[in-house]
Amino acid sequence: MIALAVLYVLLHAQFIAAIQIMVYAGAIMVLFIFVIMLLNLSKRDEEAGEGKLFLQKPSAIILGIVLFVMIGVVTLKSVLQGTKGEYTPENINSIGNTQLVGKLLFTDYVFPFEIASILLFVAILGAIVLTKKGVLGKSE
Amino acid sequence: MIPLTWYLILSGILFTIGVIGVLIRRNAIVIFMCIELMLNAVNLSFITFSRQLDSMDGQIFVFFIMTVAAAEAVVGLAIIVALFKNKATVDVDEVNLMKW
Repeated sequence: MIALAVLYVLLHAQFIAAIQIMVYAGAIMVLFIFVIMLLNLSKRDEEAGEGKLFLQKPSAIILGIVLFVMIGVVTLKSVLQGTKGEYTPENINSIGNTQLVGKLLFTDYVFPFEIASILLFVAILGAIVLTKKGVLGKSE
Repeated sequence: MIPLTWYLILSGILFTIGVIGVLIRRNAIVIFMCIELMLNAVNLSFITFSRQLDSMDGQIFVFFIMTVAAAEAVVGLAIIVALFKNKATVDVDEVNLMKW
């Protein structure tokens, strides 16, 4: 995840790189580690699912390789072209990447921005409701 | 400068690893991490195309994808916690309550 942030810096997307480190390394990974700690899994759980997938495993690997080959062929064969926008790296660096992202977020993309805030709010509420005591276990 | 094609190839590799992981693992947490990996692969190709086309739209989209990924991680992990409380396992094969 941090390596991806480095790649974003190389692609002149410094703001996204900072967000990547904050959201993924800072928030999501900590959340994962907390849940793994809370669940307190044993070795038995780890091996429980083995042996049931005797047909799915090799076919999944073969299909995965096929998928990768298809992606690779399409990527290598196609020529990257299209209508160039106005934001060349020199242009972006003269204004500032973060300032430009902020300007676009509050002008052209203000409606998706508000939707995203509502989505985050609903996610908070959903997480609280789901982890409350006895929400899913009422029937038993 | 590294050719932009290599970024797309890396994105493809990451996405393929995510797909294979979802298909062959039965641990809910591992499946969840693989979904995050696929989202990240798509983010990388978005940024690459944004750089290629000299456009900012890709970066804005990545911003929104990260928002959705964070919300999805929160709700998904809450579901896993609730599941573990009920069934004391995170094996997705054990969760067949809605199977017909």
